[in-house]
Amino acid sequence: MHPAPSVIVFTTLSGLGFGLLFWLGLGMPASEGWVAAVFFAIAFALSVGGLLASTFHLGHPERAVKAFSQWRSSWLSREGICAVAALSVMGLYAALVVLFGVRLSVLGWLGAALSAGTVFTTSMIYAQLRTVPRWNTALTPALFLALSLGGGALLAGQVSLAPWFLTAAAALQVAWWVRGDKALLQSGTDMASATGLGEIGTVRAFEPPHTGNNYLLREFVHVVGRKHAVKLRAIALSLGYMVPVLVLVLPFSHLMALLAVIAHVAGVAASRWLFFAEAEHVVGLYYGKR
Amino acid sequence: MTDLPEATQRKMGLVIDLDTCVGCHACVVSCKGWNTENYGAPLSDQDPYGADPSGTFLNRVHSYEVQPESGAAQLVHFPKSCLHCEDAPCVTVCPTGASYKRVEDGIVLVNESDCIGCGLCAWACPYGAREMDAAEGVMKKCTLCVDRIYNENLPEVDRVPACVRTCPAGARHFGDLGDPQSDVSRLVEARGGMDLMPEQGTKPVNKYLPPRPKDRTEPVGPGEIDILAPLLKPVAEEPRGFVGWLDKMLEKI
Repeated sequence: MHPAPSVIVFTTLSGLGFGLLFWLGLGMPASEGWVAAVFFAIAFALSVGGLLASTFHLGHPERAVKAFSQWRSSWLSREGICAVAALSVMGLYAALVVLFGVRLSVLGWLGAALSAGTVFTTSMIYAQLRTVPRWNTALTPALFLALSLGGGALLAGQVSLAPWFLTAAAALQVAWWVRGDKALLQSGTDMASATGLGEIGTVRAFEPPHTGNNYLLREFVHVVGRKHAVKLRAIALSLGYMVPVLVLVLPFSHLMALLAVIAHVAGVAASRWLFFAEAEHVVGLYYGKR
Repeated sequence: MTDLPEATQRKMGLVIDLDTCVGCHACVVSCKGWNTENYGAPLSDQDPYGADPSGTFLNRVHSYEVQPESGAAQLVHFPKSCLHCEDAPCVTVCPTGASYKRVEDGIVLVNESDCIGCGLCAWACPYGAREMDAAEGVMKKCTLCVDRIYNENLPEVDRVPACVRTCPAGARHFGDLGDPQSDVSRLVEARGGMDLMPEQGTKPVNKYLPPRPKDRTEPVGPGEIDILAPLLKPVAEEPRGFVGWLDKMLEKI
């Protein structure tokens, strides 16, 4: 799959932002006044910034409001509704905490649930696709949720909780990679089933439909960067998971915490880049590119 | 709503004969020609006369080489367009309701004025049947020429999809695959029509007829170029009659 920068930025930042909103909604930390204002500002900047970035890859962003209508069947529609609901509820909760010093716990819990729900619905957009066997697993939402809650806990300064979530996320990440490398082979979709010609013999792509490029090849048959996959996985694992966990178990300092956050964001972005760049869409089989 | 209909009254679709297709790409050209100037946004091209041309097509013809365990390899031309699946994953993923499957005939269409160009339907399609138009920013796909098949302004013979009407080999057939007595259904029955990627669970309406086994060819003898060589011999080795006389006369000049 083509790793569109807008989608990588969106899933990385908004995942982190909604993760932070989740912990703030639970009152962890239960800060007030200016400290609370800064926490909420960071959370909203990340989540709203991510959502805005996601509209950059739309052909017609001016019609985006129509995307709230198909919640009965579409995970993308559910994600939009969940995100707006989470931001509205948490916005009200934040305003009450920051401006009036009133903490409505029930409102916070609702906001936390909606924030986690947003991350879940985002992950289901990918996990539902049978056309991308690497994504089509329950491990995808598990990984997205663990990463979001781990990164959120890191930002929220939950020094005791964050290492557990990040370690769990690292384990899920490795499991996701190991499964993913066999996923296309195990899906049962290959050139024989794609063309239906497997009964006759071994199928080989002889000529593509056109000598030039096309939308399908650009969008689904991305092959750049696969050769660096192992290096990028090592970078993602060490920066995204190991460095933050290591920093968290060391004595706390603000500078080190900042370093941990930056390393985490860089690591998650690398992992997200691989998430798209390594994903094999079955349409590539028609072009003999798998 | 992008929920799929429980059932459609008819299942209009194509039957594509891989045995007959000669790979001429006439269906590709006629499809682009009809659909760029009729239903919906035009099918744009980018850099059409430059070094890196590309464009939107609703129908493309691949070619595959199939190597049996023994014997000669077979070349199969393979036209591919939307299969108008009964369980179309492209429809249910659409967040705006722009993608839908019609109850009356099962055709899968895009309402372009509702399409936000997110591309998720193309991600959900295993066949590469949907292409985002780079100029218009909306998703394009085969409409089964919905603006031809019911069009009473056209002569009756033209009320079939452009690709079917144009195919010089008769490799494309159009009809109701939901009616077991229809010509297309009987063709599928007789020739063992198949689904593409059945394991994806999309239940495609369009069917493909597998290539028939090729006739045995006699082994080519030593010194012979081709098994057809004996048939290509001149009928008369030595010219006789008037032509013979003319030949001799002309030699003398």
